[in-house]
Amino acid sequence: MRILEGEGVTQYFGGLAAVSHVDFNVNQGEVVGLIGPNGAGKTTLFNLISGAFVPKSGTIKFKAEPITGLKPHQICRKGLARTFQSVKIFANMPVFDNVILGSFFGMSNSIASADAARVATELLEFVGLSAVAATPAKDLTLANQKRLEVARALATRPELLLLDELMAGLNPTEVAQAMELVARIRDMGISIFMIEHVMKAIMSVCNRIIVLHHGEKIAEGTPQEIATSRTVVEVYLGE
Amino acid sequence: MSPNIFTPKRFPVTGSLILIVLILLAVSPLYAPPYSVILLTAIFMYIVLTVSWAIFSGPTGYISLAPAAFFGVGIYTSAILGKALPLLVVVGMGGLASFCLALLIGALTLRLKGIYFAIFTFGLVELIKNLLLWYEINITGTRGRFVIVVDNKTIYYVMFIILVILLLTAYFIRRSKFGLALQSIGENEDAAAHIGINVTLVKVSAFAISALFMGATGAIIATRWTYIDPIIAFNPLFSFTPVLMAIVGGMGQLYGPILGAAMLAYLEEVLITKFPYHYMLLFGAVLVVAVLYLPNGLVGLIQKWRKGDWGQHANT
Amino acid sequence: MIATILDAVLLGLLLGGLYALIAVGLSLQYGVARVLNIAHGEFIMLGALTTWTLYTVFAINPLVCLAICGPIAFILGFVIHRILFKPLLASSASPRVFEGNSMLASFGLLFIIQNIALIVWGPEIRGYTYLAVPVNLAGALFGANRLVTLGFAIIIGLAFYLFIARTRTGKAIRAAAQNPTTAGLMGVNINNVLALCFGFGAAMAGIAGMLISISYPVHAAMGLEYTVIAIIVVVLGGLGSIPGSFIGGFILGLVGTIVTYFEPGLTLAAYYAIFILLLLVRPTGIMGKS
Repeated sequence: MRILEGEGVTQYFGGLAAVSHVDFNVNQGEVVGLIGPNGAGKTTLFNLISGAFVPKSGTIKFKAEPITGLKPHQICRKGLARTFQSVKIFANMPVFDNVILGSFFGMSNSIASADAARVATELLEFVGLSAVAATPAKDLTLANQKRLEVARALATRPELLLLDELMAGLNPTEVAQAMELVARIRDMGISIFMIEHVMKAIMSVCNRIIVLHHGEKIAEGTPQEIATSRTVVEVYLGE
Repeated sequence: MSPNIFTPKRFPVTGSLILIVLILLAVSPLYAPPYSVILLTAIFMYIVLTVSWAIFSGPTGYISLAPAAFFGVGIYTSAILGKALPLLVVVGMGGLASFCLALLIGALTLRLKGIYFAIFTFGLVELIKNLLLWYEINITGTRGRFVIVVDNKTIYYVMFIILVILLLTAYFIRRSKFGLALQSIGENEDAAAHIGINVTLVKVSAFAISALFMGATGAIIATRWTYIDPIIAFNPLFSFTPVLMAIVGGMGQLYGPILGAAMLAYLEEVLITKFPYHYMLLFGAVLVVAVLYLPNGLVGLIQKWRKGDWGQHANT
Repeated sequence: MIATILDAVLLGLLLGGLYALIAVGLSLQYGVARVLNIAHGEFIMLGALTTWTLYTVFAINPLVCLAICGPIAFILGFVIHRILFKPLLASSASPRVFEGNSMLASFGLLFIIQNIALIVWGPEIRGYTYLAVPVNLAGALFGANRLVTLGFAIIIGLAFYLFIARTRTGKAIRAAAQNPTTAGLMGVNINNVLALCFGFGAAMAGIAGMLISISYPVHAAMGLEYTVIAIIVVVLGGLGSIPGSFIGGFILGLVGTIVTYFEPGLTLAAYYAIFILLLLVRPTGIMGKS
């Protein structure tokens, strides 16, 4: 079943089409990659899906229900969570508080404090941040801040997780760890839609890849198909 | 180990100390000279204005320059309703009127960027003052109103009750989910929205709650002033002083605004009769210096000093 | 007084010219230096009261005071930016933090300047008459003083526009307004540009104060209302757009004149009503970038 579906999604900034009539979908259980050169409109598309912006035209459906025009907090409560390209953690708050906020507010039903605390502790364990639970988030390394964002997003109990350049700025070891984290999230049954520039990661973990360029979808297919697609290669080499 | 909102109070000693201070304050009108009662009432007033300002503007970073507007609304409520209703009801109505005004303003401006909110609240005092002046001159024909007279001890106790309720409210907000959400909005509003927080609702609620106390305080203090008109009631000074006091005190901890308010209110009382313009000049300079060099206020200073003393103290 | 629509328009332009001048000054400070200077009105007040003193005490022609008030206000603004806002910019963790802190600092400045004025001039309302001769224009009578005000507002506006559009420094200012970091990388001395703009904004306020003083009474507490009006004009024109503020000033001046004709005490309320409408419908203003 299609957990996420977008049709004709279009957004303008100034006079320019940042995203132009893009169709996309993510099936339940899938890991779909979103790639393209810088400025292709990938993060804009995520912003449109998560409710940060409202598209000029087109519709977006989550679990077969239209979500175009809903506010971010409403979309989150329906089960769609995301991380951000420029890490948006709550810098001066302890790591634990960052995550528990997700449990408190992100689920469709309210939750008792003790349960929320339990969920937060488990998630910190899951991403490997238990040791720094009391540390202010701004004192973490970049890699750990990204894990914190993931834990916080997972605390809202999403069925679909949007990951925006999770691996940006990470060294090879950290990239491998991040890839492993993504695989574990997928194994939890959560569908994933991820923007990434690190090709190795995309190719190995994604079921399908969508390619954007200048706001338009120029290719879609399995990693194998995309890797051998002349259109895609030209676009990347040409940049 | 889970930090913050779940750790029990580490110092039950502090709690008892606070209780003792409160009891002392509660009985002081019986023993203290009348001047002290009046002085304390003024200090309580400033503490209420400052702490309630800090409830919203502290964690969220949305700077409200409207305290004088809510304060003035409370004053006017008292002037209009004072003769018709019992005192406590009037105070409550003052709070309610400000609460409703804040809901309106919040719904209008808090969906937008912080700068619009600040700008709107800045001009509000001037606007309401002008509107009321026009109304009083052209429609009711009055200029200024007399407020009911209430004895100083009663004023003291009402102000004290408002103060205690406010402090309890501020304390519980800080330790609650709501308070955590407020903080997260100040840290990163986008992220807060994306983890399920209805940011507009949270902001408007906190703003309205803080306005409620400002209005209630205005309603009771009006009975001490006995004569008010739009210019007296809507004075930008009452937006400036709470902001100044909160920043000097520091908003990292609950005691910060209390400390700042108590100190500066006392200083004002000492200086206001002899040097009315000079002390305001001084306060203006203090605000500038505080913004430049003491952004976390006295609380920040105290925390730094503690950190220096004890070495590896976590900076929470 | 308003016999025809023409009268209304002309009167509106007179007031509008003043508003435009005040608003452009504030817009420069906010648009480039990113300081929402809520003490702006206090510079207006200083210009007004200084002119009053120079005229009533030293019999110096107010129009000559222009040459005095303008530069002094500029220097004052420049220095204030250097010693207050520049260090604040350096110590602020993000633009948003700076925006808040600079506004608070200017709030403090408001009380400092206003109280200095109260100490020097006292709280009394002052006024003087100058050029209060009626001039016949298109069949209606206007005070020469107000016409002079409009004239100066337009001249200064034009001069400033040419400066921004044609000179090298003007280009630097435009670049800094768009993107301070990049401008800095391109060799623009960004600190100087920011202080320059702040100074220009203050100078415009000082000059506006002088122009106000020849037509209206002045007092030490007059600044606040002008700051509020300036802010509304800047929002109307679009936060960050200097031409927008110029246009917005004239629009609000027109509105104000019409409202004053029917109900004099409600002008500020009318401005606020426009403000509220703007926030509901198009917060970015006439020329703001959405």
